[in-house]
Amino acid sequence: MAVPLTWYLVLSGILFSIGTVGVLINRNALVIFMSIELMLNAVNLAFVTFSRQQNSMDGQIFVFFIMTVAAAEAVVGLAIIIALFRNKATINVDDINIMKW
Amino acid sequence: MSNPFGDSFLDLICLVLLFPLAGTIINGFLGKRLNKSIVGFVGCAAIGLSFVVAVFVLLDLLKLSPEHRVFEKDYFTWIGSGAFKAIAGLQVDPLSVVMILVVTGVGFLIHVYSIGYMHEDESFYRYFTYLNLFTFSMLLLVLANNFLLMFIGWEGVGLCSYLLIGFWFEKKSASAAGMKAFIVNRVGDFGFILAILLIFVTFGTIDFTEVFHAAPEHLQIGSSVAAIITLLLFVGAVGKSAQIPLYTWLPDAMEGPTPVSALIHAATMVTAGVYMVVRCNVLYTMSPFTMTVVAVIGGATALFAASIGLVQNDIKRVLAYSTVSQIGYMFLACGLGGYITGVFHLVTHAFFKALLFLGSGSVIHGLGGEQDMRKMGALKKFMPITYITFFIGTLAIAGIPPFAGFFSKDEILLEAYTKGNLFFWGLGALAALLTAFYMFRLLFMTFHGNSKMTQHVEEHVHESPMSILFPLIVLAVLSIVGGFLGFPTMSVINEFLAPVIGAGHHGSESHHVSSNLMFSMMGISTGIAIVGIVLAYIMYISKPELPGAIAKRFKGIYNIILNKYFVDEIYDATFVKPTLGVSNLLWKVVDVRIIDGFVNAVGRLTILKGEVLKLSQTGLVRNYALSIMLGGIIIIICSILFL
Amino acid sequence: MLESLLFIIMSLITIACAIGVVFQKNPVYSAVFLIQTMVSLAVLYVLLHAQFVAAVQVMVYAGAIMVIFVFVIMLLNLNKDELEGDRNKMPLQKPAAIILGLILVVMIGILMTRATFSGAEGEYTPEVMDQIGNTQLVGKMLFTKYVLPFEIASILLFAAIVGAIVLAKKQIIKEEK
Repeated sequence: MAVPLTWYLVLSGILFSIGTVGVLINRNALVIFMSIELMLNAVNLAFVTFSRQQNSMDGQIFVFFIMTVAAAEAVVGLAIIIALFRNKATINVDDINIMKW
Repeated sequence: MSNPFGDSFLDLICLVLLFPLAGTIINGFLGKRLNKSIVGFVGCAAIGLSFVVAVFVLLDLLKLSPEHRVFEKDYFTWIGSGAFKAIAGLQVDPLSVVMILVVTGVGFLIHVYSIGYMHEDESFYRYFTYLNLFTFSMLLLVLANNFLLMFIGWEGVGLCSYLLIGFWFEKKSASAAGMKAFIVNRVGDFGFILAILLIFVTFGTIDFTEVFHAAPEHLQIGSSVAAIITLLLFVGAVGKSAQIPLYTWLPDAMEGPTPVSALIHAATMVTAGVYMVVRCNVLYTMSPFTMTVVAVIGGATALFAASIGLVQNDIKRVLAYSTVSQIGYMFLACGLGGYITGVFHLVTHAFFKALLFLGSGSVIHGLGGEQDMRKMGALKKFMPITYITFFIGTLAIAGIPPFAGFFSKDEILLEAYTKGNLFFWGLGALAALLTAFYMFRLLFMTFHGNSKMTQHVEEHVHESPMSILFPLIVLAVLSIVGGFLGFPTMSVINEFLAPVIGAGHHGSESHHVSSNLMFSMMGISTGIAIVGIVLAYIMYISKPELPGAIAKRFKGIYNIILNKYFVDEIYDATFVKPTLGVSNLLWKVVDVRIIDGFVNAVGRLTILKGEVLKLSQTGLVRNYALSIMLGGIIIIICSILFL
Repeated sequence: MLESLLFIIMSLITIACAIGVVFQKNPVYSAVFLIQTMVSLAVLYVLLHAQFVAAVQVMVYAGAIMVIFVFVIMLLNLNKDELEGDRNKMPLQKPAAIILGLILVVMIGILMTRATFSGAEGEYTPEVMDQIGNTQLVGKMLFTKYVLPFEIASILLFAAIVGAIVLAKKQIIKEEK
């Protein structure tokens, strides 16, 4: 095993952090969604790594389910964005602040 | 002889209670939808059936030998808490039978009378609901076999008196009178409930039979515990029976409908105190001090109330003070040890006082609501039957033989003379004189002399309908013959009630009094009554200008008496005003400033915190996300550092 | 050695593309970068002997899901002003987020390097997997051990489809008013 599995995990952590920062600094709801996808991919990588490390198939199955959830989430999320755009004519999350006092 | 319901009617004693309760429930829940004749029928039938059962119970009880005439029936354990146990049970003995007969009998007549009297009232069903509940409470009071259950009846009676006195609650004075009755009664009830607690602490039980059996062992005669218990009980009796110093509610209770006054004064409510004292005679006998207090208060009230009655002009108020006075008589008898005499007077008083009240109600009814005697007069020819029955009642209360009041009152005076001393006898005799005087004053002013009615009223004067007259006639007959229950030397009631009175104390000892003394006493008391009547005749028939002259001559005294010795004003100044003052202080300072201040401060603090914290609610989603991330990082740092 | 080289190259590409996703102004570029990120990750999955997942990653993620994204971007057809938005309401947000992100990287790095994993316990070593075939194993697991979650996932997808239609369709009733 040439590449230590820890490296994969560190890579996963870096990707996750980048995704998090992306969620925080972007104002475009679409890009925020993409950042979330990025975070999910980082998690998938960690799962596959653990699966490899444990010689088990369960991690890969989990990745499969995460993809399912991600697909569902992306579809519903994008539908929300469309509905939102239709009502407010913007997808800038800073302009969507009717929930404040 | 058996009946279809069981071995004995004694087993069915609860029916006496259940009929009025059923009447209450039917009228209370359905009365609004039923028409008046059905409501009235249900109300009367409930009490009437109760009376019938009571009669059969009496007959069954008479079949037993005098020593065994006690029947107790426990229904269920009402409260069981540690050593404390209250059983919902009824007790039938001669005393309670006499009471239930009076309550249901006189009560029934008053119910019948009410049908006619209240017929125009819109809240007819409400009236009968209360009336039945009132009777139920009183029956519970007299049938209970322990102090707590008795207290429930006691409170129920108080509640119903409040409801009925304030029946016409649209009238401010009526609702005020209701509240007054309720509050003054509370003072007495406070004493009663303390007495119950003390009885439980002393004897470990509140069951009548057990307490009275245990009393001679637990208590010394004349011990302070006995005195405190009996005094506290007597405070309750004073409140309920309207004695000095708690009598002030009773005259005001005249604001209620007249049949209610009759019910309160004759059959229920005020007699409760006398009943309770007689029921607890074993305890009272153990405390000579309390006995003296009872006698003094009774005698003083008898005289005091009678003197106020002399100058009142409201026909019902005269009767109200007369009731206070007569109850005072009963307590005088009890205080002197003549418990049976007290009960005897209670019974005869129930007859003639109900008669007088219903008669006055008939007069008021006939005059279209007029209660002031100065605006009556010469009603004799307009209302002959009311007049005759009222006259009989007046003779009875004045103590003219052979009417009911004569025997009982005479016996009390005899008791006072033989057991007490001349002081008590003097009190009683003077009160008797005043009674005869003010009652005939009332009779003369109302029915004799010249008519002082206004033209308008006079045109409408009419004799009352049959439903009103029938009870009057029955009660008049009872007022004539009722006294023979306690005919000297062969007193039926003495013999019947004797087992109730504790051992070693034989109710009335008038048996042992020489017949000479007895007959001379009779003569004296009749003489006193006649003197009173003659005085009244002189002042109100032959020389009508005399009362005014006397009033002018003794203006000071007259004014004091006319204003009822200013007792209401004194109470107002000593109790009501300070209470109001303290309450105002508590309200405006303690409650509004301090307590509300705390509550408001907590509220304001919350609002303030919210004002500060809401700044964090920017509505910017990314800010929230940043917070989430910050939290997550803190958790990771913690897990690195501490795990 | 080739494996290590491949890993280093792929991970660098992945990180670079991820940064591109986050910092690109134009969402279309972001989407393209994201696709590249996913494809690189698929290569890493292959390195980890998860061939089926790698294939799904390319087909479903990089293919289907990202197509929806691009589709929505085009559907909304945002012009430059709308993309820029008004002035930034939270000037401190960006530096704070970047600092926190760096801290997060460090923390995760510390956690990962310090973590001790128990030895391999599963029966599916790379040799076994190569022998039987990764796809066959995944299929067997899905229809035996994970059959219930698999069915539930189908319900989830169905609900998502319905939800998306309900949310995104024009609100006819409202417009008629």
